[in-house]
Amino acid sequence: MNRVVITGIGIYSCIGKNLDEVKDSLYQGKSGIVLDPVRKKFGYRSGLTGYLDKPNLKGVLDRRSRIMLPEQAEFAYVSTVEALQTARMEQDYLDDHEVGIIFGNDSSAKAVIDSTDTIREKVDTMMAGSAAVFQNLNSTVNMNLSTIFRLKGVNFTISAACASGSHSIGIGYFLIQQGLQECVICGGAQEVNLYSMGTFDALGAFSIHEDEPTKASRPFDRSRDGLVPSGGAATVILESLESAQKRGAPILAEVIGYGFSSNGAHISNPSVDGPVRALKKSLQNARISAGEVDYINAHATSTPSGDASEARAIHEVFGQTKPLVSSTKSMTGHECWMAGASEVVYSVLMMKNDFIAPNINFETPDEDSALLNLATKTTEKKLNTVLSNSFGFGGTNSSLVLRNWKN
Amino acid sequence: MNHTEIIAKINQFLVEEFEVEVELITPEGNLKETLNMDSLDYIDLVVVIENNFGFKVMPEDFSGITTFQDFYDYIAMKVGTKETV
Repeated sequence: MNRVVITGIGIYSCIGKNLDEVKDSLYQGKSGIVLDPVRKKFGYRSGLTGYLDKPNLKGVLDRRSRIMLPEQAEFAYVSTVEALQTARMEQDYLDDHEVGIIFGNDSSAKAVIDSTDTIREKVDTMMAGSAAVFQNLNSTVNMNLSTIFRLKGVNFTISAACASGSHSIGIGYFLIQQGLQECVICGGAQEVNLYSMGTFDALGAFSIHEDEPTKASRPFDRSRDGLVPSGGAATVILESLESAQKRGAPILAEVIGYGFSSNGAHISNPSVDGPVRALKKSLQNARISAGEVDYINAHATSTPSGDASEARAIHEVFGQTKPLVSSTKSMTGHECWMAGASEVVYSVLMMKNDFIAPNINFETPDEDSALLNLATKTTEKKLNTVLSNSFGFGGTNSSLVLRNWKN
Repeated sequence: MNHTEIIAKINQFLVEEFEVEVELITPEGNLKETLNMDSLDYIDLVVVIENNFGFKVMPEDFSGITTFQDFYDYIAMKVGTKETV
């Protein structure tokens, strides 16, 4: 079986528009959360959100390419350009090789609502324009990026709620490991517009600590009261070790394990058993013991029940070895469909720069988080092996294990 | 709306919506080739015409249009202006 390495990463998020900015924010424990008054007027229970500007792609992409992109695909275009640059992969290479793409995405709410509003008003579907259907489909990121970059390998989207980005990397890893692909562009994308999170807000799952937005996302803290939605895009370029070495590409890390499971229970309530099975499978797949994991980038979104269940699951598997744990969602908010991919990017940045990003806003443990060895301050540490968790509605779980690559 | 206004309006949306360089727009120029139009672009042209001139175009109406002048004439005819443009 092929070894699978990460040769490129790219990020566009509320804590930075490129790898350098994001690395600094992670190190400094900087939050990207704001209060959006427009959400309150629209009827949101919580106006908290990660904030990021839309990239200006005029002059970068031609009109046809540009008008096909909903905002999450614009974010993904920017993160993918950066990842390709990191991987030193030029268009000539993409033209001459079978490079695939598997992105995680699970909505395109604004595009669907805007085009439906137009059809309703004009009573004529054609008035939605030529780009609407390509923006509306869940596979919009995949179809747009595969067209722009003229990709010729595997091409489909993973929709698995808040584990979409993580599973996209897991499936890309399996395809390369099996020898079915040499290189797959993986990632996750998440829209942040007004319409993107309305129905999620309806569940009362979001924090209402609106008086101090940057302190609202507080995973594992006793006073946490819900998640803060966020978004952007992250790209992770996976490649067989042989291909990477043949190209002379910079190797950042190795993907050594992927574990997945389904809770088989409630559609929104978390479980302990499901994540435990994903964690154990990822370690088995990586052929390592729990003690070899130096750091866990937790899924922890700052919801009372979700964080408690994850803390118990981590304790069940890692209770004897107690690796350091933090949730970067304390800074980014919950990047949802993108989170599994962005948190791999954050983890790789930590590995390459010898630190663990802090779980900011953690003040007081509860009985579950007291079981964990939480990194509440920026911690200088050489990391060899890290694990990244992602869990989603419907009980979909993903755990990825990464190993630092030392040139 | 007179013909000058019609032409100005058409040229404006061709530049703004279709990003055609203004110096490439000449009466004898080939509309399809200048705009590098594919089947999707025709849909957008229908949308922009209705939004600007208030009438619906059937995609097959484009079959008789080759040059920008043809296009100006077609729009002028549909909005009921008979003068030569």
